[in-house]
Amino acid sequence: MPDHHLIWNTEAECLPREQIERLQLERLLQTLQLVSNNVPCYQHKFKGCGFKPGDLKTLDDIQHLPFTSKEDLRLNYPYGMFAVPMRDVVRIHSSSGTTGKPTVVGYTKRDISTWTELVARFMTAAGVTREDIVHIAFGYGLFTGAFGLHYGSEAIGASVIPISGGNTDKQIMIMQDYRSSALVCTPSYGLTIADRLEKKGIDPASLALRVGLFGAEPWSEQMRCELETRLGIIATDNYGLSEIMGPGVAGDCRLKRGMHLAEDHFIFEIIDPDTGQVLPKGSKGELVITSLTKQAFPMIRYRTRDITRIHYDHCDCGRTLARMEKTCGRTDDMLIIKGVNVFPTQIEEVLLQIEGCQPHYQLIVDRVNNSDQLEVQVEVNEHIFFDEMKRQRQFVTEAEKRLATVLGVSAKVKLVEPSSIVRHEGKASRVIDKRKQ
Amino acid sequence: MKVEQISVFIENKSGRLAEVSGVLGDANVNIRALSLADTSDFGILRLIVDDSEKALSVLRDKHFTVNKTEVIGVEVPDRPGGLSSILKILDNNQINVEYMYAFVERSGSNAVIIFRFDNVDQAIAVLLKNGVNILDGKKIISI
Repeated sequence: MPDHHLIWNTEAECLPREQIERLQLERLLQTLQLVSNNVPCYQHKFKGCGFKPGDLKTLDDIQHLPFTSKEDLRLNYPYGMFAVPMRDVVRIHSSSGTTGKPTVVGYTKRDISTWTELVARFMTAAGVTREDIVHIAFGYGLFTGAFGLHYGSEAIGASVIPISGGNTDKQIMIMQDYRSSALVCTPSYGLTIADRLEKKGIDPASLALRVGLFGAEPWSEQMRCELETRLGIIATDNYGLSEIMGPGVAGDCRLKRGMHLAEDHFIFEIIDPDTGQVLPKGSKGELVITSLTKQAFPMIRYRTRDITRIHYDHCDCGRTLARMEKTCGRTDDMLIIKGVNVFPTQIEEVLLQIEGCQPHYQLIVDRVNNSDQLEVQVEVNEHIFFDEMKRQRQFVTEAEKRLATVLGVSAKVKLVEPSSIVRHEGKASRVIDKRKQ
Repeated sequence: MKVEQISVFIENKSGRLAEVSGVLGDANVNIRALSLADTSDFGILRLIVDDSEKALSVLRDKHFTVNKTEVIGVEVPDRPGGLSSILKILDNNQINVEYMYAFVERSGSNAVIIFRFDNVDQAIAVLLKNGVNILDGKKIISI
């Protein structure tokens, strides 16, 4: 039986599959109509492949539609992809422009209320209630993370502390004094907070924290265990991207068996990133998302570049929505080393399995004598430092052996001094690829 | 019987050793003996100092990774074959030496060698039984 206290919108989140699919088809047709009337980029794309909105008969026909890529968004910078006039747009957000121009996204009033609803869903699924004090340590600004969680918390009726990012000592003081019970930040910042608590000798049990809602970067199950043990919380994952909406696209329920996808508002496909072919259900590949209810910034088959897998089997929480696995990296984070695909998160997982090892690491990839070399720099700490060279070398050899087994390619482990790897209070950048320089 | 030794992780780059001794010097901690084991990437610096607790705390404050281990200081006759006689005793009793290094100062007419054993208590028992003099921790740092 579904536990209705933990489900925000029972009607929408527990729909039988046939009804989900019927709703998806209906809404997809409306969206296709909207974009072919109002977005030149889609008019052009549809014309190019001879597609008319009326040609779509079943949900499977979606695979005949062209993809939308980050490049399309750049070419239409800033407002070219908007499907409504600016007078109907009430909010602008934008993604970080690390590789050129940022991408700009817009929301109508209804888009903001859909966003609020979807965030309230996953926050409720994580166990947040009106009794909670939600500590939002995402940066407020053009980034969607903070605002999304802010709206969701308020919809639930929880009390929001919009502390924003940075200044860890102040964050901790506020957690202690204001009794924050739910923490919202990136998982790597969650660990930064845990480190600082440890350093200051503050027992996490003395805080009121009970749940963490982590997102905005890929993280592993081992990192979840570490956050849960070191902060004394339940650590939940949520997924979203500004091009689609921001947080709220998917989120963990308390069973943590994958993030439930908001299938009544989006269609999710898994494709082979090389060929663009849709893969059979249950395959691992690149996630592609089509929006179904967005007005200002509808997206057709947007290539997220995130690698994951979708599960359609029953979840005991009562939700019928399919679940996506934690993303295991992005197609653009993926390293090809000696022809083998390697994701930074795989390396993180191996390191965290080693007793005492903390996820402070950096990957250096280089090409020496025409052969790729992977070096994993790991910060030493007192749990993995020994006075005997024999044991210290054993540690390094063991780590190298485990990495080779999991990655299928050899890696050299180099121990470095603590705090020598640059810390990121926002998104972590783990890779230095010297082959590109 | 036992002596506290501190070990420090040092990346193999110039100036790090100087920084460790600088931090200790500024804190007025005196180094009594040291040994460095290194690879091409990193080194392990082992130190006997006059105030281990203070050394640990000032090094941790400067973000060094440090550990504390128990070693023993053994008086060795300062003549040819002096060390050999002690190693023979250990060998005959299957006591494995992890590493050892010499103390700078002498204790009377004897040299002092710092030993790190896997099983310290067993090693102490064997050495005492064979009439070897083990120096007291307090005495060692005041030599």
